[in-house]
This record gives sequence, structure tokens and C-alpha cells, in this order.
Amino acid sequence: MNTSSFFLYLAVMAGVTYLVRAVPFLLIRRKIESRFLRSFFRYIPYTVLSAMTFPAIFFCTGSVLSAAAGTAAALLLAFFDQSLLVVAMASSAVIWVVSLLV
Amino acid sequence: MHQDLRRGLRDGLPIALGYFPVSFTFGILAVSGGLSFWQATLISLMNLTSAGQFAGLSVMTAGGPLVEMALSQLIINLRYSLMSISLSQKVDGSVRGLARWSFPFSVTDEIFAVSAARPEPVTQRYWAALRILPIAGWTLGTLCGALLGAVLPQRLLEALGIALYAMFIAIIVPAARRDVHVCLACVLAVAFSCVFFFTPALSAVGSGFSVIICAVAASSAAAVLFPVGEEEGA
Repeated sequence: MNTSSFFLYLAVMAGVTYLVRAVPFLLIRRKIESRFLRSFFRYIPYTVLSAMTFPAIFFCTGSVLSAAAGTAAALLLAFFDQSLLVVAMASSAVIWVVSLLV
Repeated sequence: MHQDLRRGLRDGLPIALGYFPVSFTFGILAVSGGLSFWQATLISLMNLTSAGQFAGLSVMTAGGPLVEMALSQLIINLRYSLMSISLSQKVDGSVRGLARWSFPFSVTDEIFAVSAARPEPVTQRYWAALRILPIAGWTLGTLCGALLGAVLPQRLLEALGIALYAMFIAIIVPAARRDVHVCLACVLAVAFSCVFFFTPALSAVGSGFSVIICAVAASSAAAVLFPVGEEEGA
């Protein structure tokens, strides 16, 4: 990628990401009044991550079978409140093992 | 060492370890998408966000329009606004001046979760110590992935491809287990996302845009069907 278009993308990316975090922190001091907005904000972190994860996770390894096994491992470990590191490494390990067997 | 510094470092270490494999994957993907190792590392240092960076990378490597870049970062990272509002109520007077401006840069799902769970107010010392290891882990993980990706066996790279999604699952599932409304909102988002993915006409929509549409639709529906009470939410 050429350097000038990279820096243009980076500026937009980092600029928007900083503003999304900073503007509410620097400006908003009061509680949000709208019940709809408060509810919307309550759900948005999880719906974003859900929509990013599914169904893309099943096509992240080149084999739907190994990806499904890795997904099952991640769901199970997350259900029992395991840490990010454990969930990420264990699901990768499961995919590694399945790809050796199949 | 001041107690806030020690506690911040201690709370930040597991986050840094969890970030490493995910940012390692980001480094590999960025280089295979045509970026150089320093570009990949700079993205991680300046953004410190997982989902936003992966979405941003796909816009970059596809040569997508800047407006798609801006919109995807806005919507995917909109959840940080909520966390920032929440944190603005929780910081004490030590967060001021330049520190106040740099503070929100390091709001992430995991750093927020740890500091929100703390009963005491968030001091500048605690925040500075808390974020330093995750920033280092995220940036160095990207650098290592960008440099080592080419020499690692294909089988290992494919196995690491799930690390990002596994980290998301580690955030979604515990929350969904504790709140059935969050669970239903997630199921709705997944259903919308599958429709976009498997419908030929809709799969032409950029992945950044489709995540935006699915998340906004599912969150709006959930907000109407299951509005939060007075004390919950923001």
C-alpha cells in the first residue's frame, strides 16, 4: 500500500476511534435521559461483536469442521468465565488438533 | 511503588496476555493484505481496538471509500462512547489537564471491564498503570505477527485465525448468560448477520456496513422490546 493513502486511512481510522471515545468522556457529564438510547447503548457492544463473529467464525480457517470445533470450545470455555487468553489459545489449539486429524 | 500503580499493573497483565495472540493475528493479516510491518504496528499503537482495526484493515486492503472507513469505526466503536460516559462518572480529580485528554484513548472492552469492576474511583495513577501493559501487548503482538507471519507454518496461521472471534465470544457469552435480554439481542444480531452473509444480493454489501446495519437493527429492536430500567444501562 502506498504511504500517502495509508496515512489518509490511518488518520480517519485513528481520528474517528479517538473521537468516539473522547467526545463523550470530555463533554457528557449528565446521565442520558432517553430510555431508548440508554437501552440501545446497553445492547450495542454485544450486538456488534455478535454480528462480527457469526457466521464469519465458521469460515476463518478454511475448514468449516475445524472452525466449528474451535467455536464450540470457545463457547464452552467462555460460558465458564475463562479468561481471554485461555479462550483464544484453547480454541486455536482445538483447530490445530482437528486439522492434524482430518 | 504507589499502591495504585501496583494494582494497575497487576490488573493489566492478564489483558496484555489475552491481547497478544489476537494482535499477532492482526499483524499477520495486515502484512498478507499488503501493508508493511511498520504500518501494521502503527495502526495498533494508534487505535488500540480489535474489532475496529480488523474492519478498518479490510476497508484499507479493499481500497474502500474513506466514508466507509469512518462509518465502520464510528458504529463498531460506538460501544466505547457508553464506556467513556460511564468512566467519566468514575474518575477522581487526579484525572485533569493533559491526562484528561489522553485518558479516553485507552478505553477498550477489557480495560473498561476491569476498571468498572473496581469499587474505588479511577485515579490517574491507576489508569496509567492499567493501560501500559495492554498497549504494549497489543502493539508488540502486532509487530511480532507482522514479522513472523511469513515464516510460520500455514496450519498454525489457520489455527490462530480464530483468536479474534474467540476473544469476542469470551466477552459476549458471560454477559449473555447473566442477562437474557442481552442474549436475545445477540441472537437477533447473529440472525441478521447470517441473512446478510448467505443472501447473494446482500453479501455484496461491504462487511463493515453489514455489521453496522445488523448491530443497529438488533440493538434498536432489543431497546424497543426490552427497554432497560432506571438503574441499568448508561
